[in-house]
Amino acid sequence: MNKPAICNRSHHFSRRSLLKSAGGGLFLSPLATHLARAAETDAGGGRPKSVILLWMAGAPSQLETFDPHPGSRIGGDTTAIKTTSGSLQISSLLPQVAEQMHRAALVRSVTGKEGDHKRAVYNIKTGYRPNPSIVHPSIGSVLCHQDESGADIPRHVSILPDQSPSRGGYLGPTYDAFKVYDPASPVPDVRRRTSPERFHRRVDDLLDVVEGEFSRGRLPDLQRRRTLHTTATRAALTMMDSDQLAAFDVSQEPQQIQQAFGDTPFGRGCLAAARLIEVGVRCVEVTLGGWDSHVNNHELQSSACETLDPALAALLQTLKDRELLEDTLVVCGGEFGRTPNINPLGGRDHWPHGFSTLLAGCGIRAGAVHGATSPEPDLKSDDPVAKNVESPVTVADLHATILNAVGVEHDKVLDTPIGRPMHLSEGTPIKSILS
Amino acid sequence: MPLPKPFRREGGDHRVSVLKSPTLRSLAQWSLFLAVAVAVFSYIASGLNEPMALPTHPVSRAAPSGEPRTTSDTPASKDEAGSLATHANLPAAANLPAGLQTSSRQTSGLHTSSFQATVEDLNAEFRRHWQQRGVEPAPPADWYTLCRRLSLALVGSGLSLEEVRYLQTVPEADRARVCRERLLRDERFVQYWGERLTRTFVGAEEGPFIVFRRRRFVTWVRDQLRDNRPYDAMIRDMITARGLWNDQPQVNFLTVTMDSGEEEGQVDVTRLASRTSRAFLGMRIDCLECHDDFLGNVTLGSASDSREGTQQDFHQLAAFFSVARFNGLQGIADQEHAYRYQYLHEDEAVEVPPEVPFDRDLADPNLPPRRRLARWLTHPQNRQTARAAVNRVWALLVGKPMTDPVDDIPLHGPLPPGMDRLADDFVAHGWNLRRLIRVITATDVYRRDSRAPFEVSERHEQAWALFPVTRLRPEQVAGNVIQASRVKTLDSEGSLFGQLQKFTESNDFVRRYGDLGEDEFDLDAVTITQRLLMLNGKLVSEHSGSNPILNACTHIAMFATSDEQAIETAYLAVLNRPPSGRERETFLARLEAHPRRQAIEDLYWVLLNSSELGWNH
Repeated sequence: MNKPAICNRSHHFSRRSLLKSAGGGLFLSPLATHLARAAETDAGGGRPKSVILLWMAGAPSQLETFDPHPGSRIGGDTTAIKTTSGSLQISSLLPQVAEQMHRAALVRSVTGKEGDHKRAVYNIKTGYRPNPSIVHPSIGSVLCHQDESGADIPRHVSILPDQSPSRGGYLGPTYDAFKVYDPASPVPDVRRRTSPERFHRRVDDLLDVVEGEFSRGRLPDLQRRRTLHTTATRAALTMMDSDQLAAFDVSQEPQQIQQAFGDTPFGRGCLAAARLIEVGVRCVEVTLGGWDSHVNNHELQSSACETLDPALAALLQTLKDRELLEDTLVVCGGEFGRTPNINPLGGRDHWPHGFSTLLAGCGIRAGAVHGATSPEPDLKSDDPVAKNVESPVTVADLHATILNAVGVEHDKVLDTPIGRPMHLSEGTPIKSILS
Repeated sequence: MPLPKPFRREGGDHRVSVLKSPTLRSLAQWSLFLAVAVAVFSYIASGLNEPMALPTHPVSRAAPSGEPRTTSDTPASKDEAGSLATHANLPAAANLPAGLQTSSRQTSGLHTSSFQATVEDLNAEFRRHWQQRGVEPAPPADWYTLCRRLSLALVGSGLSLEEVRYLQTVPEADRARVCRERLLRDERFVQYWGERLTRTFVGAEEGPFIVFRRRRFVTWVRDQLRDNRPYDAMIRDMITARGLWNDQPQVNFLTVTMDSGEEEGQVDVTRLASRTSRAFLGMRIDCLECHDDFLGNVTLGSASDSREGTQQDFHQLAAFFSVARFNGLQGIADQEHAYRYQYLHEDEAVEVPPEVPFDRDLADPNLPPRRRLARWLTHPQNRQTARAAVNRVWALLVGKPMTDPVDDIPLHGPLPPGMDRLADDFVAHGWNLRRLIRVITATDVYRRDSRAPFEVSERHEQAWALFPVTRLRPEQVAGNVIQASRVKTLDSEGSLFGQLQKFTESNDFVRRYGDLGEDEFDLDAVTITQRLLMLNGKLVSEHSGSNPILNACTHIAMFATSDEQAIETAYLAVLNRPPSGRERETFLARLEAHPRRQAIEDLYWVLLNSSELGWNH
């Protein structure tokens, strides 16, 4: 069994960067200012890397987002617009994102071997195809596992989770994402349901009396090495009383900022993600559904883009303003792309043979574009990737790139609980988008 | 009984004048009537009045008066037949419901002397094992612990207060056996084990839309359990399944793989090879799909001539399923179809013949592929299949498999003590799952305590000299919370409202707590999310809060005749044991210092939040 890890202190909250920001930081949020003092006691050093994964559940169409082919037979009704990154064009459904593209890179040639939602989600989130003998950890779990320093609140958070939130896999459920929903509502289960005095009396009786009785005569390290009941309870109590919980409360942000992200659960989720990264959370996943457009593709993709566009653009801008983008990797993508052909119902179906992912910050070369898909693809080919995709990369390559960007050796080997050696990723980093 | 204060006629009290109004008087009378009715209903519903005889429960067929009075539950002279055929007041075997009847194959399994011999063999084997390891076994667990263990293992939740009270009426030496036999005949056993075995056979995923009907498959597994169908026949049915997934539910074993694989719209033969190997042979050979074994993880061949597994071993097993073709409205049918695969470092794909990975002389080459595989898997001399079943059932009963992981049993050993003895007994007695459960739970090793009066270590637990402390599944935790808050047993005969409430609450809780999927026997620790859910979540709050109609804690506060009785009843209902001296003293002080109802609610909350509730021990 892996060493259990329940975080309790924000050791990695960089005093230097905070104070630097506090000195000249017009954009430093009140929350960060509030927490800066607490971080002063922590050891110095570079700010650890974090990840914000904007998870497009259901699979967005590359043709309606980051890889449009207007005017071609596969282009549909979508047009392209110029961006702030040279000659790069993206879908006109993302006008605000277009204004931020000088901060991001695109990989337009991701290929996978899974065409089923559930299996492909697993593939993208872990970098491995599903295998009945093992459950692989997601990026956020790996990140938390590789650096045990932490915050009062869980370091791996999933906002608006769907059926497949990121999991710790063979690293253990300790590394599972902590699930929260629309930040307009309070974080679930962190408010005690009785008076503080009564609550603490209950906790005292639990930990001092009943847990003491349970441990009597049993394995001496039962709690420490197996149940972690007391440790987890104390960590939960710490979280309940932590100032860092305020990071979930986006209403503390100025109205202007809130409006920039959009008045949607996803927009609020993205704003909360930025605030959580600010207080030391290592990975935040924010989910946006509505992309599975087997019918009426253009309408559905347009609708989802309306939500994505302000939120993603505001997120990049906010991270930049708060000097977080250098150490925060933003990844935006789904489990696969959608077919170049439009079906008789006006929809696009599943297409893992060439789709797009956006990456920004944290050492990603701004403005870079890797790979391309053909505007006139041969859809009857037995090998659609070889025929239609330029510089294809695999899902594993994408993972290796992400790990590389956040400072984790992608080919590092971990032992699974049964002693099976396993690489964190079996891919190769995409050098053209790494600076 | 004096009238409540507002209703007493006292001189010129203005309250008397209020009651002169006929309407108000009528209202007051009705209010009083309703209050009395609610109190009486709550008192009766609480079950706090008397130890219960459970007149309507299925076990009532084995009425306490008819129980054979043995002085000890071990050696298990009555264990085998349980309370089935030997009880004078039970219907004749032929008149028993299907679920209680035994097939002619299984009748031999009910031979008491063979049962006793098996249990004694196992006890002796473990005693030798403890001596060899130099560990002292923990003393036997008390009956409370043993019965809770049985209840968690067989029906997925702890005992109800009603059940505890009933068992208290049975002679102490008989309690564990009576408890086990009641639970084995309980519909909850069929429901719970049906779901657990389904996860073994098809995983925990929802599977592909349309061609996979999970509920149909679970129902099929439950029907097999209810009919006490031999386990080998279940395996053969799944391997050779044909037809449509709705009409022939066992077909879902195959169609659950139709969302992957190289050939669209057909079953995934490699996933089926992997599933067959893991679920039925208890062997992980998945790595052979891509490469030969080079780490010594998969050993095949014979005991005298073992060898490392190869890619051919995996794909030849997969080739058995290539004839299972999806054929439109006919569903799955057997059709000639060759399986081709390009092995590592080869330039082109070759046709792969179906071949079993070991003990090839047990496979009948004259049978068609899937029948050949099914017959080979369940051949009486193919011990590996029986070992896999034994390891799985042991894990479901104990919370930890005999050899870990549950589906990684070394073909040529070394094997844990007792495994082959149990496997041989299982095959010899008709692959009878209920007999296997009875044998395991009758052994000394199952009845060890998880604590000892001497210092214990991991060595004791690894040698099975100490019963392992293992975490419960989320639905077991939810089931424990919900059951602890009711006095009566929440079984399938309960009200529709109760069933629906349990289903909804349990599902919601599991969603938040986190389903374990197929990783059923990992010893992972509790998480912050789980602790928050228990500390502040709705389920615990509602089931430990004030509710005079439903909640046991309110009933206890209302009707327990003394503080001591209230504390003891709460402990029995939640943790299925009486409190220790220190616990009793602590909570007596709480009851004295705070309002009774509040103190009992606090006690309930504390017990529901304890690790003892969430872990088997």
